Amino acid sequence: MPGAAPTLTRKDFESDQDVRWCPGCGDYSILAQTQRIMPELGIPRENIVFISGIGCSSRFPYYMNTFGFHTIHGRAPTIASGVKIANPDLSVWVVTGDGDALSIGGNHFIHLMRRNFNINMLLFNNRIYGLTKGQYSPTSEQGKRTRSTPLGSLDTPFNPISLALASGATFVARSLDRDPNHLRTVIKQAFEHKGTSFIEIYQNCNVFNDKTFFAYTEKETKAENTVFLAHGEPLLFGRELDKGIRLNGFQPEVVDTTNGDYTRADLIVHDRYAENTTAANFLARMSDTPGMPHPVGIFRSVTHPCYEDLMTHQVAFAKERMGEGNLEALLNAGETWTVT
Amino acid sequence: MRKPIEQIEAATILFAGDSGDGSQTIGAQMTETTALVGNDVATLPDYPAEIRAPAGSLAGVSGFQLHFSSEQIHTPGDLCDVLVAMNPAALKVHLQKLKPGGILIINSDNFARRNLRLAGYEQDPLTDGSLTKYQVFPVDLTRLTRKALEHTELTIREIDRCKNFFALGMILWLYNRPMDYTMKWIKTKFATKPQYVESNILALRAGNIYCEATEQFATSYNVKPAEFSPGTYRNIEGNMATVLGLVAASHQSGLPLVYGSYPITPASDILHGLAQYRNFGVVTMQMEDEIAAVGVAIGAAFSGALGVTGSSGPGLALKSEAINLAMIAELPLVICNIQRAGPSTGMPTKTEQSDLLQMLYGRNGESPIPIVAPTRPYDCFDTVYEACRIAVKYRTPVIFLSDLYVAMGAEPWKIPRLSELPTIEPDFAKGFSQNGNDGDAFEPYLRDAETLARPWAKPGTSGLEHRIGGLEKSDVTGNVSYDAENHEKMVHLRAEKVARIAQDIPPTEVFGAESGELLLLGWGGTYGPIRTAVENCIADGASDVAHVHIRHLNPFPRDLGEVLARFKRVLVPELNSGQLRQLIRSTYLIDAIGLNKVQGQPFHVFEVEAKINELL
Ligand SMILES: Cc1ncc(C[n+]2csc(CCOP(=O)(O)OP(=O)(O)O)c2C)c(N)n1
Ligand code: SF4
Ligand SMILES: [Mg+2]
Repeated sequence: MPGAAPTLTRKDFESDQDVRWCPGCGDYSILAQTQRIMPELGIPRENIVFISGIGCSSRFPYYMNTFGFHTIHGRAPTIASGVKIANPDLSVWVVTGDGDALSIGGNHFIHLMRRNFNINMLLFNNRIYGLTKGQYSPTSEQGKRTRSTPLGSLDTPFNPISLALASGATFVARSLDRDPNHLRTVIKQAFEHKGTSFIEIYQNCNVFNDKTFFAYTEKETKAENTVFLAHGEPLLFGRELDKGIRLNGFQPEVVDTTNGDYTRADLIVHDRYAENTTAANFLARMSDTPGMPHPVGIFRSVTHPCYEDLMTHQVAFAKERMGEGNLEALLNAGETWTVT
Repeated sequence: MRKPIEQIEAATILFAGDSGDGSQTIGAQMTETTALVGNDVATLPDYPAEIRAPAGSLAGVSGFQLHFSSEQIHTPGDLCDVLVAMNPAALKVHLQKLKPGGILIINSDNFARRNLRLAGYEQDPLTDGSLTKYQVFPVDLTRLTRKALEHTELTIREIDRCKNFFALGMILWLYNRPMDYTMKWIKTKFATKPQYVESNILALRAGNIYCEATEQFATSYNVKPAEFSPGTYRNIEGNMATVLGLVAASHQSGLPLVYGSYPITPASDILHGLAQYRNFGVVTMQMEDEIAAVGVAIGAAFSGALGVTGSSGPGLALKSEAINLAMIAELPLVICNIQRAGPSTGMPTKTEQSDLLQMLYGRNGESPIPIVAPTRPYDCFDTVYEACRIAVKYRTPVIFLSDLYVAMGAEPWKIPRLSELPTIEPDFAKGFSQNGNDGDAFEPYLRDAETLARPWAKPGTSGLEHRIGGLEKSDVTGNVSYDAENHEKMVHLRAEKVARIAQDIPPTEVFGAESGELLLLGWGGTYGPIRTAVENCIADGASDVAHVHIRHLNPFPRDLGEVLARFKRVLVPELNSGQLRQLIRSTYLIDAIGLNKVQGQPFHVFEVEAKINELL
C-alpha cells in the first residue's frame, strides 16, 4: 500500500460494541492501554488481528476495531498460528486468560512458545476463572478456597513465566494492569520483538479474586514487593531503591545497599538478551523464596528464526529445487499410459 | 520348448507373509505392472496395526490382494486364484480366501516345527493331506534366494529380505508380465544403495527363471488388456488421489493450501503426500494434536487460505468443537475423515463406515455440515475437489468422508484435464478502496440471496475490519446477540444454506432398471461390491434391480426421494449397523432394508448377491 498510513488515534481502535466487563475490572485498563499504544505501532488497522479463546478476558477482540476472532476455550494459539502462517504480514495478537491458556489450552500454549511465530500473547492472569464465576485456576495459590474447592485447592500452581521459558519462548515479560505506563511500554516492546512474545499481566478480578495482586500493584506496598527488571541494571527495589538482590550460593538474598556492606557490584545484573535461560529461570522462580519481591518487566528477549519465515524459506527452496508447481505435470507424474 | 500359455479373463492374487516380509511392496509392484500392461486392477492391502508383531505369529500377518481383469472391475475380488504364503501363519490366516483348485505357493523353508507351532498348527499342513483341494507348490524360497545371491556382498539377513522379489519374479512369470517396470522401480528406490539394486533384481530374475526352468510350473496365464475409454491413465491410491485433489483445488482456486494434521492411521498418508508439495506453496503443519490441527486450518481460512485438516474417527471426535466454530463463523474449511473400524481406538488398520452419524450429528447444538463421500480410490480426487468447491462457495466446513478401504486401495485413474475441473471462485469481499463506500460499516453476515453464503473478508483489506466468534450472532451485522427470535432465525438460516447445496449437485444416476422391484442404495467405499453384485444379477437375468450410489450425504440429492419411490424395495448395504438406512427411513419414510457387516472387512460380492437373490 503506497503512501504513509494516516495517523491514527486511540479512538480509531475502539469498536462500536459496549464493553461488558464488571465495573472496576482490571481488563478495562488493559484494553485502554492496548488501544492507546496501537497508533504508535505504525501499522494500518486492517493488518491487525486479535484472537482470543473463552473467558472474561477473551471478550477483548470485540472491543478492538481491528479484525478479531473470539474462538473456543484454550485454542486461540492454534487459530492464531493458522492466521499467521497463511498471511505472515498480519500483526497477530492472542488474548487469553490463566484458565484458557494454562488449563484447557496448556498444550497449545507450550507449543506456540516453542514454534516462535511472530505472534504476541497477552495473558490476563487473575488467578481465577472469572467467566464461570469463581473457580480456582492453574495459577491460584495452593489452598485457594473457591466454590469448587471449599476446603482449599490441592494442586501446585503454574508459574506462567517459568512455563513460557521452559517452552523456549523468545520474549517473556510480566506487567501489571494497574501500571499503565509500564504496560504500554511492555506491549510495545512485545510488538517490536520478532518471534512469539509472551506477556503475563497481573489482572485484578474485583468480583471473584479481589486484591490478589494489590501487594504488587498498590502505591503503599508495590515498591517493597516488586523489582522492576531493566536490562544491564542491578536488581534494586524498595521505596528508596535501597534494597538489592544478590546471589548467596544458589539462593537469592536481599541486601541493604546503604550501609556500605554491599555495593552495586555485588548485585545481580539483569541481562534480558542472554541466550542461556538460567538467569531468567532464576528470576522467574525467585519470588518462591519468602521475602523476595516479584520481578516485573522483560525477563528474556532473544532473536530466533520465526516459524513462518522458516516455512516461507522452505517453500522458496522447494520452488527453486523442483520448480514452481505445475499441476498438469503433477497429475501426470509417475508411470502413465495412454489409451487411444 | 516354451511352456503353454492359457488365456483367462481375470485373476486375483493374494500375497501374505510376516509384516516384515515385504508383501505390501511386491503387491504394489504387481499392481503397477498390471495396470501398465493395460488391465483394470483393484487392490486391498490388509495389514496388522503392530509395526512388527512377533515374527511368525498370526497377529503379524500382512496381506495384499489384487484383482486384475480384461474387463472393467470394481473390487479387489472375493476369493483368490493364487495365494502366496510366506509362512504358516500367512497360510492359516488366508487359506479360507483361496478358491478350491487355486494355486498355493508356499515358502517351504519357513515350515519348520517352530513356525508351525507359532501359527497354531499341530501338524504340517504340507504333509497332513489338508491341502489336497488346492494346487500346492512348495518352493524353498529362502534357500533359493540365498543361492541366487551367494556372490553378493550382502549379509544373510539382507539376502533374506530380498526373497519377496523372488516371489514376485515367480508371479510375473505365472501371469506373463514383464519385469522391466519393477526393475526400474528398484533402481529408483535404492538409488543410493546400489548393492540393493543388484540383489533385488537378482532375486526377481531368479524367481522368474525358477518357474521357467523347473517342471513344477507347467502352464502360465495371460490376461488381455481391458478396454478403457481414450485418455491418459495412471495407477492411484485413494489417499494419493485425495492429495492431488486438494492440490488441484488450491491451484484452480488460487487459494494457498494450509493443511493441519496429527498423524493417525489411515489418514497420515495425506499429510505425507501433501508435505511433498511445498513447491506448490502447500503448507503442511504437523500439530500437537487434532484440535490444534483443525485450529490452524480455521485460522488459515480466516486469513483467506484454503484451510484443510485430516484425521480418522478418534481425531474427528477431538475436532468437533472447533468444526462447530467454523460452522457458526461460516468459514470455508475441509475436514477429511478417513474412517477406520471404531469405536474408540477400535481396529486402526481395518475399514468401516461407522462415522456417518458422528459426522452428521456429533456436535453440540444444531450444526448442519455438508458431507461428501468418495466411492472408490480414484474418486477421492473428484470428491475432495467437490468438498473444496462447496466449502468455498457456501462458506462452510465440509466433511470429506473417506474410508480405509478406499484410501488404501489402488486402481487405474483416467487423469482429468485441467479444463474439465469445476471452477472454484473465492470471491473475497472488497474493501472500501475497492468499492468506494467509505461510510458504510462492513456487514459480515449479509448473505448472498441465492446461496445464503456470507462474505469472506480477508484481514489486510481496509474497510473490512470485523469481529466474529462462536457466540450467536445477529443476522447481517454479526454482532453478539442473545435475542430469542434472532437465534431461531440464525439456526434456520444456517440449515437452509446447507440445504440449498442440493440445488447445486447433479441428479441421481440410476444403474440398471429405472424402476421396479429392488434398488440397492449405497455410499462410500461399498461401491465396488454393490455394483459388481448388481451387474452379476443383471447378467444372470434379473431385470428388476438397480443401484444408486450417492456421493452427497448431506444434503441428499434433490431427486433422491423420488428415485427411491420408484422401487418396491430399497436395500442399503453398509459396513455399519445401518446408519444411512436410518437416515433414509427418517427422511423419506420408507421401509429401507439393511445389509450390514461390521467386521472391519469390505463386502464380498457374493454376500451382496446372496442378499439380492433372497429379496428378488
Ligand atoms: C470447552 C469448554 N469448557 C468449559 C467452558 C466454560 N468456561 C468458559 S471460560 C472458563 C474459564 C475462564 O477462565 P480464564 O481463562 O482464567 O478467563 P477469565 O474469565 O478469568 O478471564 C470456562 C471454564 C467453555 N466455554 N468451553
Ligand atoms: S468476573 Fe472478574 S474478570 Fe470477569 S469481568 Fe468481572 S471482574 Fe473482570
Ligand atoms: Mg482467569
